[in-house]
Amino acid sequence: MVESKPIRILLRLASALVLLFLFLPLVVVVIYAFNESRTQAWPPTGFTLKWFGEAASNGALLEAIVNSVIVGASATAVALVLGTLAALAIHRYRFFGRETVSFLLVLPIALPGVVTGIALQRTFKTFGFDLGLMTIVIGHATFCIVIVFNNVIARLRRLPSSPEEASGDLGADMWTTFRRVTGPRLGTALLSGALLAFALSFDEIIVTNFTAGAGTQTIPLWIFAAIQRPSELPVVNVVAFLLILVSVIPVWLAQRISGAETAGARL
Amino acid sequence: MDDRGSSNDRGAPVRLSIQRRLAIWLFPHRRVQLGLLLGTPLGWLAIAYLGSLAILLLSAFWTKDTFTGNVEPFTWSLKAFQTLFAGEVYRTVAIRTVGMAALVTVTCAVLALPIAYYMARIASPRKRSALLVAIAVPLWAAYLVKVYAWRTILQGNGLLEWVLTPFGVESHGLKDIANAWLVLTYLWLPYMIVPVYAGLERIPGSMLEASADLGGRAGTTFRRVILPLVFPSLVAGSIFTFSLTLGDYITPDLVADAKFIGNVIYDNSSLGNPPLAAAYSMLPIAIMTIYLLAARRLGAFQSL
Repeated sequence: MVESKPIRILLRLASALVLLFLFLPLVVVVIYAFNESRTQAWPPTGFTLKWFGEAASNGALLEAIVNSVIVGASATAVALVLGTLAALAIHRYRFFGRETVSFLLVLPIALPGVVTGIALQRTFKTFGFDLGLMTIVIGHATFCIVIVFNNVIARLRRLPSSPEEASGDLGADMWTTFRRVTGPRLGTALLSGALLAFALSFDEIIVTNFTAGAGTQTIPLWIFAAIQRPSELPVVNVVAFLLILVSVIPVWLAQRISGAETAGARL
Repeated sequence: MDDRGSSNDRGAPVRLSIQRRLAIWLFPHRRVQLGLLLGTPLGWLAIAYLGSLAILLLSAFWTKDTFTGNVEPFTWSLKAFQTLFAGEVYRTVAIRTVGMAALVTVTCAVLALPIAYYMARIASPRKRSALLVAIAVPLWAAYLVKVYAWRTILQGNGLLEWVLTPFGVESHGLKDIANAWLVLTYLWLPYMIVPVYAGLERIPGSMLEASADLGGRAGTTFRRVILPLVFPSLVAGSIFTFSLTLGDYITPDLVADAKFIGNVIYDNSSLGNPPLAAAYSMLPIAIMTIYLLAARRLGAFQSL
């Protein structure tokens, strides 16, 4: 090992501090979820579970959860189809403008969210679309395509094309080859792409805020509104705690599917 | 092979299914195959995304009816740009936002390097996977949950005040621009750690040994060997930290009560002055376009 002992100790210490920094706010929110007091002062006054009951009977919250699931599932479905098609095209064919297509796919997440948000909102308003679930889905699908695309194309690059060729040689046409050979080989890449896309959609607020209109709330929009009403904060704490629990699922699944490396594949 | 193949008992050709005939016809027509694959995704992005950006660009030159407050599409004026260039406040907000994006990016890079280095070169394989998962948890936790968590810590009566008061230090509650620095750094730090870790892991250990054998001290090896090799990964991470800060309007509002470019755009987008919002949004678009082109020259896209 090249690094001297003092340097290794310093690096270990710095890493521990960064980890502490990353986890401190999450731990604080988890503690607040069980805080007896209605106000948010530190330290908490006592332990209670009553806010969980209040969260479960909050109609607006439950409606927001349903909306978020509908939007996430629809946007993911669109992104799965479009992202897979684009990945197959970019991987298999050499054509003029190939680089431009890759660039166009990344653009919706590379440009600041506020730009995507206002551009979509202005377009919907100009052409008289009513803002609602439909317009949220269009926005989310647009930036989820690249997530599926990245997962599928990474898999295609790793796989040899010989099984597809063998399938063709054995007389299968392109549909059969896709259904019986390519599709199954893409399986877990599609699964992790879908998972990432759904999680991204479930969490999005910067663009959603522009495309949601007045009457529609998703989970992030509900939290954003509730944060600013002190009486709702105990329920917000519970929701935050549950969302932290839920967010461990994609990390765990991604690791199960393809090792620790992909857990950071939100990028 | 399926029995719809090429002949029946009498040796005469049978009718092939439409699917099968299409597949046969498509086989030599690679351009048509490509068109079928690419048509829908490209059409979606061109219409829903590029089309929207075009409308946004055009709408910066539309007029707003002073009586009704409605935007009059396709009636042209330069008023929005005149307002922007005349207003001192728009310049201040732009400088504040870009400055914060740069500051957050540098802070993330400084915090990411040691832990990424530890993960890539010092930690045992077991510890390394544990750390990767540990970084993925805050990365995946909901954005608003993280912002909200910091709000509860930073607010008056919060954890920070409780810690600081015994030392006689006063906290500024939720009105301090430094809060935006802290929270934005927190939010985007994992987006920097992941590519920097990947970049450091690709550096062969033999290079560091060679540097040490040639008499390079730790500082020299870091400056002359590690930093140049990991630089494209830092640039790759910085695309996220910079762009995400540039486009954020929720965090500055919730933790620092400060206005960023995004706040001006959002506040004017529907009720205020939409052409002004559209005109102002040309600024982050221009900045990110330049940033992405520069990043590509620096090799950042190979490091993503």
